[in-house]
Amino acid sequence: MSFFLEVLIGGLMAGVLYSLVALGFVLIFKASGVFNFAQGAMVLFAALTLVRLMEILKGTFSPFLLALAITIAVMIGLALVIERLVLRPLVNQAGISLFMATIGISYFLDGFGQSVWGSDIYKLDIGMPKRSLTLFESVFEGGVLVPGGDLVATLIAGLLVAGLAIFFQKTRIGRALRAVADDHQAAQSVGIPLNYIWIIVWTAAGLVALVAGMVWGSKLGVQFSLALVALKALPVLILGGFESILGAIVGGLIIGAGEKLSEVYLGPLVGGGIENWFAYVLALLFLLVRPEGLFGEKHIDRV
Amino acid sequence: MFYREAGQFKTSYGADQAVFPILQDRVFIALWLAIGFILVPLVSTEYLFRAIFIPFLIMSLAALGLNLLVGYCGQLSLGTGGFMAVGAYAAYNLSVRIPGLNPLVAFLLAGGVTTVVGIVFGIPSLRIRGYYLAVATLAAQFFLDWVFSRVAWFTNNSPSGSITAPPITLFSLTFETPVKKYLLCLAILVLFAVVAKNIVRGRIGRVWMATRDMDVAAEIIGIRPMYAKLSAFAVSSFFIGVAGALWASVHLGSWEPLAFDINRSFSILFMVIIGGLSSILGSLLGAAFITLLPLLLNQLPQWFGIAISTAMISHLESMIFGALIVFFLIVEPLGLARLWHIGKEKLRLWPFPY
Repeated sequence: MSFFLEVLIGGLMAGVLYSLVALGFVLIFKASGVFNFAQGAMVLFAALTLVRLMEILKGTFSPFLLALAITIAVMIGLALVIERLVLRPLVNQAGISLFMATIGISYFLDGFGQSVWGSDIYKLDIGMPKRSLTLFESVFEGGVLVPGGDLVATLIAGLLVAGLAIFFQKTRIGRALRAVADDHQAAQSVGIPLNYIWIIVWTAAGLVALVAGMVWGSKLGVQFSLALVALKALPVLILGGFESILGAIVGGLIIGAGEKLSEVYLGPLVGGGIENWFAYVLALLFLLVRPEGLFGEKHIDRV
Repeated sequence: MFYREAGQFKTSYGADQAVFPILQDRVFIALWLAIGFILVPLVSTEYLFRAIFIPFLIMSLAALGLNLLVGYCGQLSLGTGGFMAVGAYAAYNLSVRIPGLNPLVAFLLAGGVTTVVGIVFGIPSLRIRGYYLAVATLAAQFFLDWVFSRVAWFTNNSPSGSITAPPITLFSLTFETPVKKYLLCLAILVLFAVVAKNIVRGRIGRVWMATRDMDVAAEIIGIRPMYAKLSAFAVSSFFIGVAGALWASVHLGSWEPLAFDINRSFSILFMVIIGGLSSILGSLLGAAFITLLPLLLNQLPQWFGIAISTAMISHLESMIFGALIVFFLIVEPLGLARLWHIGKEKLRLWPFPY
């Protein structure tokens, strides 16, 4: 039983990390209707920028804070550039060409980040706790081991979600974002500046990518495989629904737990390594039942 | 001037419906075929066949298949690599397990197997569309990758997971030299291109295009979406499966699952986008472009005497691919094929612009 719980909790923690990446996707989709394939590349780019800047600024009084500030500025700059060079010329194009454009951005960012900052594995140490905690020692023999870093990550994810939820529901800009996602043209005609909104959204997504990059980076080291974490976040998205922040969290938890449990209990039966596709197949089967995901909006098509 | 079609009268419905109704086009195609079948084998070196022509031909076939699905039917698929792998492993298993099977038959059967797999993974397209479908096809990619690397039966219990294809013998002719392999691929590509052209001109092609443009409207005017989408997945998978079989057993010879990973899917999607969505010619142009660009990038610094590390070259490559995708989507969403079309329009009036 304690082993089961340990696997389950490990899965849930991994799920939280997937949710962190998925949040970036949801943000952009919810606020501009663009499915941003480049989120993974942004995670890698943000983490690389941060870790390399920390190395460069080693002699200063606080390398981490300085590097963080510069990285945030870089992510805002990135949002500006993407809006100006990619999104603005593609206003009112079909969603699928915007999606393919973000695949292009993703390739570009992967190459750009690595050619500027190098493509080795960098250690990122931002003071995440390394120690594991032992929970429920009184209930089970030996207790349940939980890595401390994952707990902090969960906390960060929770804060981020709360912040984003307030931002979307309560602020003026949040309302404008939702309006743009609903209908570009209608939003423009009531005086919501589309370009400005897009910059805000991509900046927010860039910052979420930075957080995800920091958390994943201190777990795995900053390296190219961070960009692939985004591929893990995709099934989370389709399970939770593209438009729902809550969906990203719940989807992440389900995928994370399902993945680890299936790997441990089903994996040995079929040769192992099913982690890679289990999430996708789970999401796929789920889509056959509910095509809009758990919390997605049901679209009604009119001719 | 070059494309003056005045005086070319059509006197029958057949002539009016021809694939190439204009004489100049027919001459042009004949010229290209002559270059492909006669001139290239005469002047080209072994290296060029291995590095450029054979990969180009096979990738063209795969791009053609994906274009039928993405360009003509509007179903975005990111699982091309997985389907190519199905074709590759099916062809291998067929030729290993059925001794004396004609390789051409094996290739076609491999295409058939891929068709079945493609239809299975195409089923979600009946309920979901757009991005959801794109993500769902990624499921095919990852699942198939896993199956071929873990299930020993598919690799004939090879311990390392890598496979060496048996030599190709057709009617007591052995296809061992690059020239022969090239001619085989070229013949297959020409055949499939003609088939594809005629499919998209015909009823199925129009059904696909109606579904692509607006599936709900298409359904209302009496097109069965299930038939339209699944037939697109089937035909496209067949092409891709044959391409995969050729890629593995003719081009690579020996391969491992990594040959068909997700990067393969993306590069074929790029060929379709850069070459031109819903264009047969575009698939070929895109494949040529994507095959040549990395080679060019490798050579260019050497010509100018600049030393660049291989890692840097691969980063530059992905940067340039990414930038080009965005560039084409913005400037010319219909790709290189559209440029060719514009060129043709200009040649019509040349040397007198209006």
